[in-house]
Amino acid sequence: MTGAPILGYLRPDGRKGIRNIVVVAYLVECAHHVGREIVSHFRGGQVHLIGFPGCFPNPYAQKMMDRLCTHPNVGAVLLLSLGCESFNKFSLSRTVAASGRPVATLTIQENGGTLSTIADGIGWVEQYLEELDRVPRVPMDPGELIVGTICGGSDGTSGITGNPAAGLAFDRLVEAGAACIFEETGELIGCEEIMADRAVTPELGDELRASVAKAARYYATLGYGSFAPGNADGGLSTIEEKSLGAYAKSGSSPISGLIKPGDIPPKGGLYLMDVVPDGDVRFGFPNISDNAEIVELIASGCHLTLFVTGRGSVSGSAIAPVIKICANPETYRRLPGDMDVDAGRILDGAATLPEVGDEIFDLVVAVANGQATKSEQLGHREFILTYKTFEPIGPSCLPA
Amino acid sequence: MTDPRLLLLSEKDNVLVVCRRIEAGETVLVGGHAQVLEKTVALGHKLARRAIAAGEKIVKYGTPIGSATRAIAPGEHVHVHNLKSDYTRTHVIAEAGS
Repeated sequence: MTGAPILGYLRPDGRKGIRNIVVVAYLVECAHHVGREIVSHFRGGQVHLIGFPGCFPNPYAQKMMDRLCTHPNVGAVLLLSLGCESFNKFSLSRTVAASGRPVATLTIQENGGTLSTIADGIGWVEQYLEELDRVPRVPMDPGELIVGTICGGSDGTSGITGNPAAGLAFDRLVEAGAACIFEETGELIGCEEIMADRAVTPELGDELRASVAKAARYYATLGYGSFAPGNADGGLSTIEEKSLGAYAKSGSSPISGLIKPGDIPPKGGLYLMDVVPDGDVRFGFPNISDNAEIVELIASGCHLTLFVTGRGSVSGSAIAPVIKICANPETYRRLPGDMDVDAGRILDGAATLPEVGDEIFDLVVAVANGQATKSEQLGHREFILTYKTFEPIGPSCLPA
Repeated sequence: MTDPRLLLLSEKDNVLVVCRRIEAGETVLVGGHAQVLEKTVALGHKLARRAIAAGEKIVKYGTPIGSATRAIAPGEHVHVHNLKSDYTRTHVIAEAGS
């Protein structure tokens, strides 16, 4: 197989992670402060904060938290409840326990309030950080990885340098047996026909087309496309133009399936994630910012994410590393401390697309083997989860 | 014969991508014609490769990215002022848009 073997963390459920962290999860905004205080105590350590702010029940949020708390990078989970919220903490706790991970729930209203819950939470995390040192390390092939890609702060360079280079890295990963996920159907508007031609079956092609048509309808109702003013400053004029650039991230492999957030690819191959909610337009924009997309990729099992940026995003993520690929050479010169890959060298004639594609592939292996990305070094651990509604995927979405 | 600061992504395209910032007053070479730029055009923006009629599709990566809202001269900046989406409208902030 390709590349050096990775030393992964073997979980009791048989999945392998590339990081070994304790997750602290608040189950309503009212428990957020307590969670932040607990995590702040371990500043710089492997303790990450995630959570869901809403007090109303939402099956999507429940599924996302199930998947995130049992992500292979996660070794132990502390749940924080206020006590009166709608989130089903019992179900989440059972799911985590069934995966073989240590889990505890602290309910602030029953635990003496803010200070004592923070103290108890810190104590619990300290105990399990020590246990994480004993998680078995096992060889892991690059073909066992799940890798996601997104683009954010796109400009006219993204589609020429960073996205096609990420696409070449995706081609190599898929060839090695990895599962690769691209997403944001709202940023594939205009690409539906060329994309459908790459589906492994005609029925999957129809599903891909339908997912983009759904996105176009959804955004038309909202009145705005997935297009920020900075995209226009950077030379992009229309959503179709942005889409064609974004589409290049998918590389040239056949498309093996269509999944929705939290669905884990059943085998290697290239997958499109349909991130636009089903049914009537509710709860606002599908993904309110880049990190909402990254969180969905992680919930679908991504060990790490390739993030291509033109204008210069600085984001990272909780749970799974983010590799930032800078498409624009001027942006790279302004923000070198935030960027992992300088893909804009292609425009300067200092590197070719295949060279940068290989560089990204090698970096994926190195990061999987423990090398910290720029956003990890800087302590970026953004996280956002909001309300959505999905129907399960149709029978043609994952051909055998 | 085209300016080295301009990139042709597909033979089908009627726009060229600016791969190095070009200042106002500089001359660019588009399809053998010399054009003086009225405004600075930043990295990643597009210039017309040839004359484009109002209503004609703008083609980049060999694929339509929208329609011209008015006639565009060779070498002219192609952007939100003369190109519109065939799907959803583009939102720009007045001061930042160009």
